[in-house]
Amino acid sequence: MNKELFEYVIRIADDSLILGQRLSEWCGHGPILEEDIALTNIALDLIGQATNLFEYASQIEGGDRNADQLAFLRFDREYRNLLLVEQPNGDFGDTLMRQFLFDAFRKPFFERLIACTDLQISGIAEKSLKETKYHLKHSSEWVIRLGDGTEESHNRIQNSLDSLWRYTDELFFENQVDAVLLDDFNFPKLSEIKEDWLKNVELVLDEATLAVPDNNWQFKGGREGLHSEHLGKILAEMQFMQRAYPNMEW
Amino acid sequence: MVTIEKIWKFLEEVADPEIPVLSIIDLGVVRDVALNDNQCLVTITPTYSGCPAMKYIENQIIELLEMKGVTNVQVKHVLSPAWTTDWISESGRKKLLEYGIAPPVDEVDKSILFADAPKVACPKCGSESTRMISLFGSTACKAQYQCKDCLEPFDYFKCLK
Ligand SMILES: [Zn+2]
Repeated sequence: MNKELFEYVIRIADDSLILGQRLSEWCGHGPILEEDIALTNIALDLIGQATNLFEYASQIEGGDRNADQLAFLRFDREYRNLLLVEQPNGDFGDTLMRQFLFDAFRKPFFERLIACTDLQISGIAEKSLKETKYHLKHSSEWVIRLGDGTEESHNRIQNSLDSLWRYTDELFFENQVDAVLLDDFNFPKLSEIKEDWLKNVELVLDEATLAVPDNNWQFKGGREGLHSEHLGKILAEMQFMQRAYPNMEW
Repeated sequence: MVTIEKIWKFLEEVADPEIPVLSIIDLGVVRDVALNDNQCLVTITPTYSGCPAMKYIENQIIELLEMKGVTNVQVKHVLSPAWTTDWISESGRKKLLEYGIAPPVDEVDKSILFADAPKVACPKCGSESTRMISLFGSTACKAQYQCKDCLEPFDYFKCLK
């Protein structure tokens, strides 16, 4: 098996899975019914993307583990998701800011991933991009509404931005996995995506009258399996059924 | 004798579980039907990545075709070319409207924030004076609208491109 390719697919899958799990925590708790439905719809898209990716990762691995086993039966150190997506939901503004910073990355990432030479990954990117455009529109508009809203909403979402900014450098983290695969598979260069991301993020934050934090302290580690304390708690809940009742199905 | 044409015809009897007036043919999720060496291969594609109906549709296809005497039915899932609302047939659009769901209209560029929502006519009274309540609705493929004339809320099958 191609170990690097497996890891590359698992990264994208884990980002979708963990953020999808986080968003689904909003089910029944949204501030208004429409947003409850919106957040859970976005969660469903993300879980769907994760399913497609885990199925492909399972193929790459040679079928030792199926998609469900990859999603539910790994240990925390084996997850490759970004630290950003495992951060707690906080209030509605925290959730939407986290979503915005992520969607603004995902859109240019999928746009470029479509051009890769692996047809399976290209197909998943093509499908996911269509959904991501809806997600980005939704999260961007909420960041603007809250930032350029009342004094209270402005201050709170500025705080959300200030506390989440330290996880954004990691969006563009590359290691030997990228070095090995990039040329062969024509995968996106993350440094190029960073330009697109920053341009769009600054545009929206400006419209939202929010200030880009000047703090340069950045965390990383998710892509190498070193997570914040939050991932373990997510997994405890997410994996409970499969661990308590192995192989159970709905 | 079972022919490919007959199988396409049979598949018109498989309904989308969430919008039962639409067949999977109307919805445009059947990509290909192939027959060889006594094997029938039906290729389908999801509307959205997380569409929960795919497994159900797969089982319905197998069940129906076997009932019609087609043996050894396999269902394959593909993602590319990705489904868009353009794949919904003309008759599918008519059936949606009759059912009370506004069919997809032209896409509004999603990169323009706070752009006017697409102009969607009310499926109940036909009024064009409607408003979007939410970009997200009861299923992944729908948005919520309300008619400003008859005041009825309704689902809009939103454009995906
Ligand atoms: Zn009306």
